[in-house]
Amino acid sequence: MTAAHVGAEARAGWAMTAPALTAIGLFFALPALASLVLSFTDFDIYALANLNNLRFIGLENYERLIGNPLFWQAMGNTMWFVVFGVPLVVAASLGAALLVNARTLKWRGVWRVALFAPFVTTLVATAVVWNYLLHTRYGLINYALGGLGIAPVDWLGNPSTALPAILLFVAWKSFGYNMIIFLAALQAVSRDLEDAARVDGAGAWMRFRHVTLPAIAPTVLLVAILTVAGMFQLFAEPYVMTQGGPARSTVTVLYFMFEEGFKWWNLGSGAAVAFILFLCILAVTLVQLKVAKKVGAI
Amino acid sequence: MSLSRREWMTAAAGVPLMLSACGRGRGDGNAIDMWAMGAEAEKLPDLLAGLARTGQPAVRVQPLPWSAAHEKLLTSFAGNSLPDVGQIGNSWLSELAAIGAILPVPAAMTSLVDGQFEGVVDTNRIGNRLMGLPWYVDTRLQFYRKDLFADAGYNAPPERWDAWKAALHKVKRTKRDGYAVLIPINEYEHLTTMALSAGATLLNSEGTRGAFNSPAFREALSFYKSLYAEGLAPIAGAAQISNVWNEFARGYFAIYPSGPWTIGDMKTRLPADLQDSWATAPFPGPDGPGRSTPGGSSLVVFSRAKDPAAAWLLVGQLLAPATQARLQVLTGSLPPTRSVWASAKLLDDPITDAFARQLDRTTALPKVPEWERIVTEMQTVAELFVRGRTSIDEAVRDMDRRADRLLEKRRWMISRDRAA
Repeated sequence: MTAAHVGAEARAGWAMTAPALTAIGLFFALPALASLVLSFTDFDIYALANLNNLRFIGLENYERLIGNPLFWQAMGNTMWFVVFGVPLVVAASLGAALLVNARTLKWRGVWRVALFAPFVTTLVATAVVWNYLLHTRYGLINYALGGLGIAPVDWLGNPSTALPAILLFVAWKSFGYNMIIFLAALQAVSRDLEDAARVDGAGAWMRFRHVTLPAIAPTVLLVAILTVAGMFQLFAEPYVMTQGGPARSTVTVLYFMFEEGFKWWNLGSGAAVAFILFLCILAVTLVQLKVAKKVGAI
Repeated sequence: MSLSRREWMTAAAGVPLMLSACGRGRGDGNAIDMWAMGAEAEKLPDLLAGLARTGQPAVRVQPLPWSAAHEKLLTSFAGNSLPDVGQIGNSWLSELAAIGAILPVPAAMTSLVDGQFEGVVDTNRIGNRLMGLPWYVDTRLQFYRKDLFADAGYNAPPERWDAWKAALHKVKRTKRDGYAVLIPINEYEHLTTMALSAGATLLNSEGTRGAFNSPAFREALSFYKSLYAEGLAPIAGAAQISNVWNEFARGYFAIYPSGPWTIGDMKTRLPADLQDSWATAPFPGPDGPGRSTPGGSSLVVFSRAKDPAAAWLLVGQLLAPATQARLQVLTGSLPPTRSVWASAKLLDDPITDAFARQLDRTTALPKVPEWERIVTEMQTVAELFVRGRTSIDEAVRDMDRRADRLLEKRRWMISRDRAA
C-alpha cells in the first residue's frame, strides 16, 4: 500500500462519512456546545424579549444549583432510582431471560412477547392503569395487601412510598427490553459447557455462576450502563403519575431540568442542570467500565 | 482507490439539504388566527358563526389544552409563531407584557371595561396600561353541602374564620367518616386566598422582594395549617382524590373550594337526589367575609398580529353584551360585564349570585412575571410546614428567601433602568 493510496482511501472515507458527520455536528455537537455556553448566562424570559437583558454570569447558575435544596432533592431522588433501580431492573430482566431461555419451557415465543409487551405499550396508558392499581382505596394492590391483613397504603400520596411505587412501575415497564438483550446473549452460551458442568456434578447455581455468567458478562455490563443512563434520565413516569409530588418527592433531575427550562424559561439554569447530569452519567459509566476491566468482563 | 468527480458530488450533495432552513407556512394569508383553551375553544366556532362578520377576514381557531397553553405561548413567542388574537389566563398578562408579546388596548376600546368587576379589570392593567380585555371572569369560593351543614345546625358556612372552623368541627362530628373540607395540599390557590383575606400583600409594593414575613401572612399560614392539624382537611394532593364528585356525594368532605367551572360538573356528576343539597358561598375571612383572587381569561392581540385593527375589531365583537350572554349560555362561564349578569338572570340564581358577591371582594395578585414561580415555591414550603418539617418562622423566612432569589433579575433590571 503506497502512501498516496492511503491518502486516497482516507479521503474516500471522509467523503463517505461527511454527510453523517455533518448531521452529528449540526444536530448534536453544535447544540451541546451551545447549551454549554448557555449555561454560563442567565438566559430567561427577559432575555427572550431583549438580548440586552442577557448577562454572562460565569458559574453562577452552577453555584445557585448547588445552593438550591430542590436541586439536591431531585439529585437524591435520581440517585435513589439509580442505586435501587439498576440492580432491580438488571436482576429482573436477567431472571426473566433465564426463565424464558429454560429448555423445559413450552410456548417460548408467547412468553417472550408477553414479557416484552410492557416495554412497547404507550407509557401514558400503562401509567393510568398503574395509577388505578396503586389507588389507596380502590386499588388492586391494596386489595391484595388487605387480604393479608395489611392496612391500605397511600402509595402515590405518601412521600416515602411514592418513589418505590414509581420504581416498581419503571422496573415492570423496562425489564422486557433488557430481557431480550440477555436472551440473545444466553442463546449464544454453549450448551456443551453447560452439559459438561452438569456431568461434573455442578448444581444449577454453580452452573449459572461459573458457566453462564462469565459468558454473558459483557452483556451484563452493557445492560447495566444502559440502565444507569436510563435511570438518570427518568422523566416521563413521574411526570405522568405524580407530577413530581407529593412534597416534590418524585422530582428527578431531568424533571427538574424540564421545569427550569420549559416551565419557567430559565434556559441558562436548565442548561447547567443538563451538564451536571451529563457529567454524572459519564462518571458512573467510567466507574462501571473500570470495575468491568478489573473483573475481566471486557 | 481514488474518487471520481461524481462520487464527490454525491457526497457533497447531502450537505445543503441539511442546511436548508424551514420556512414558516400559513394557508389563507388574511385569516385571523386565534388561540383559545378549554370550553371556550370548543364553542368559539358556534359563537363566531353568530357574529355579523361580512367583509371581515375569516377566523381560524386553534384549541390548546389548558395544561400546556402557558408553555405553548412562551415557546411560540420564542419561535416567532404567535397568532393574532388569543385567550390568555389573566395571571399570565404581566409576563406577556414584560416580554412585549402583546399590544396595549387601543384608547377607543378601553370603555369596554366600564361596568365590569374592578378586581378583574385591575389584573389587566400592567403598569397603568390596559393590556387585555376581560372575556369571562371567575373566582374561587366555597361549594358546600347544605344538608350536612343543616345537620350540624347551620344554614350556611359562617363568614368569620373562627366561627367557620367551629362549624366545620360540628359538621365533621355529625358524619361517620371523612373530613370537612378539601384543600389539596399541592394547590397554592387556597393559601393565597386566605392570605388575601387576611390582608397580606405577598410581595413588597415594587414587586422586588417577598413580603411573606408579615403578621397578616403568618396569621393566614397558621390558620391554613390548623385546618390540617385539627383533622378538618385531608393532607392529600389533588391526584390522590381520584373522583371528587363521588367523594363530595358520599360526604367525605362538606366544603369544596373551587370556581365557576364546577357548577356544570355539580349538575351533571352529582346524583339526582343531591341536586338540592349543594350551594355556594363567598369565602370567610379573619373578621368578616373573605377575599378571593380575580381570575378568568382576557382577550389580547399579539404584537406581531398581521392586521391589529381587524384583530381588535374581532375582540370588540366577542365582547359585545349579546355575545357575552351567548357565551354564558354555551359554556356556563361568567360574563365580565355586570349588565349582562342582570339580563342573563345570573343574579336571581343563588349559586351564581354568590359569585357576584365574591367578585366584588377580590384582590389582584402581584403582577410580576415571576409570580407563578414564587407562589409555587410558597406552596412547596407551606406543604413542608403543614407536614411539620419546619416551624412558622423558618417557613416564612424560607418563602422570602426563595422569592428574593427569584426576583434578583427583576431588581437588577429596575436598578439598571433607573440608572439609564
